[in-house]
Amino acid sequence: MKKPPPRSPKADPLDVIDLDAMLSDEEKDVRAMVRRVATDLCGEHIAQWYEDGQVPARELAREFGKAGLLGMHLDGYGCAGMSAVDYGLASVELEAVDSGIRSLVSVQGSLAMGAIHMFGSEEHKQQWLPSMAAGEAIGCFGLTEPDHGSDPASMTTRARRDGDDWILTGRKLWITNGSIADVAVIWANTTDEPGGRGIRGFVLPTDTPGFAAHEIHHKLSLRASVTAELTLDRVRLPGDAVFPDVTGLKGPLSCLSEARYGILWGALGAARTCLEAARRYSIERTQFGRPLAGFQLTQAKLASMSTELQLGLLLALHLGRLKDSVGLRPEQVSVGKFNNITKAIEICRTSRTILGANGISGEFPIMRHANNLESVLTYEGTAEMHALVLGQALTGVPAFR
Amino acid sequence: MNIVVCVKHVPDAQADRGFNESDNTVDRAGVDGLLSELDEYAVEEALKLAEASGGEVTVVTIGPDQAADAVKKALQMGADKGVHVNDEAIHGSDAPATSLILAEAIKKATDGNPELVITGMASTDGTMGVVPAMLAERLGLPQVTYASELTLGDGKVTIRRDNDANTETIEASLPALVSVTDQINEPRYPSFKGIMAAKKKPVESWTLADLGIDAGQVGLANAWTKVVEIAKRPPREQGEIVKDEGDGGTKLAEFLAARKFL
Repeated sequence: MKKPPPRSPKADPLDVIDLDAMLSDEEKDVRAMVRRVATDLCGEHIAQWYEDGQVPARELAREFGKAGLLGMHLDGYGCAGMSAVDYGLASVELEAVDSGIRSLVSVQGSLAMGAIHMFGSEEHKQQWLPSMAAGEAIGCFGLTEPDHGSDPASMTTRARRDGDDWILTGRKLWITNGSIADVAVIWANTTDEPGGRGIRGFVLPTDTPGFAAHEIHHKLSLRASVTAELTLDRVRLPGDAVFPDVTGLKGPLSCLSEARYGILWGALGAARTCLEAARRYSIERTQFGRPLAGFQLTQAKLASMSTELQLGLLLALHLGRLKDSVGLRPEQVSVGKFNNITKAIEICRTSRTILGANGISGEFPIMRHANNLESVLTYEGTAEMHALVLGQALTGVPAFR
Repeated sequence: MNIVVCVKHVPDAQADRGFNESDNTVDRAGVDGLLSELDEYAVEEALKLAEASGGEVTVVTIGPDQAADAVKKALQMGADKGVHVNDEAIHGSDAPATSLILAEAIKKATDGNPELVITGMASTDGTMGVVPAMLAERLGLPQVTYASELTLGDGKVTIRRDNDANTETIEASLPALVSVTDQINEPRYPSFKGIMAAKKKPVESWTLADLGIDAGQVGLANAWTKVVEIAKRPPREQGEIVKDEGDGGTKLAEFLAARKFL
């Protein structure tokens, strides 16, 4: 048994409780590698990408693919087969740069690849996963519709049979990577069919006639992320395009659960960046003849932000270890997303107050992160929905049905 | 072709680097360290050559316990095995002693027959850049240094060296030692697979005795050079702000001329 390193004599401002002591050397190496990849590829450019509302997502995907980041927690088919904790640590580092960058990786790895890996036929997996892992092919995940967000069971996208083929018609909105995707996982209702089996998933190559994706502009959040509306106008797919064995909402919801797991880690990366910017600023900025850091109100803010960040990380690590050993129930993921995203956005906003007017400047990362987290707060299950999932687990009463 | 790469564990330039007050040596314990960035190019070049021609890449380092991290990083990038020479008597060794230890370690690792040795152009801490030449001399190998391009031919190695005014193409017979610049390639990141695989790769840990080196040949007491005194960089002075009233260019020129920049 290797002797543990001695207790660090001095507090690390980003890890006062020495949570690092709970990580293996390999986990720390994984984190260091992702931090470097993310910083090298995006660090200098991210503020400009955000301001321009343009991000070179395809190029980034190829680089992330080379590093093994895409579908890193999946086994086989060119995926790295890393642990849930590794994936969580990677999400933190990506989102420490920008939530949009983490979204690119989450949607590709957890939603699109995750769905194909979990539910696809062997042919689907062989056809798509290796190129998606390499970042050569981009995937998206179409569940949300213009009129159906938290309540996907009411979706209006329909799949009908025509001989052996399927014909898909409908619209999907707020689809990350939608307009750059090579393959879309589309969820559609099949109940109109004789013997239809509710909501089913389809693997749809985006060059199929009738499919179109329109990028959504004028976003004031996640500006360094590609978001699209998908339209399906009588898209004809072969009979084997459907996920063979999964029916009903549990299909898409189990994919969302995977993505939410990454998000409950990732958001803390955004919070960490903001807290660190505020902490440094408070030490350098002088008002009334002394650094902001010397005021009790500033210290109280820093202390509570630091405590919340570390509690969030403790929760994330606990959920990660649980996922790596016995697996997670959906309400456990909800606890993580509910707590960590609300706390992360609170940290970003409080950090903003320490920077005063500079807090809104693009020269500092804070407003960008705070605005991004407005999306993260509601996508993949709003904070309210996660509260209700938890409420149902606590009371046995589903308040939303 | 089997390739040996020499790597160094250096204090992170982003961290607050310093010296040990007792003996004026670099403080390697009190600061985070990493694989010298200039050595990453040497590792990358070796990996590319080995991938193209077959063969193994062995990384060799000298240093205290934490220097093992430099070997690990190279193994994570894809090198096949590592050698870590670690001995308290090495503390404070200068370039001649370093080259001696490296030479003996390389001989031992290759049964006396290195085929190709690749090094970075200098370390990012000492930045002397003399070890490659000294090492080649000790190994009796031709040295081709500061390579911005490296090609292996039939029993020979050809490099391009970019100078200020010209570009040289230099050829050496193999076996040889090549030092590479940061222009030669774009070092890869360790992949996840590399990080997991590195745990299982063999790393030899050798002392001076394992290499048959007498402690009297190395270390601070036997160094040819000695750091006599260290002074902290003076704090940066307050800048001077000149208001441009149409004569900004002239004032700037005067400022630079006064400091002999013009």
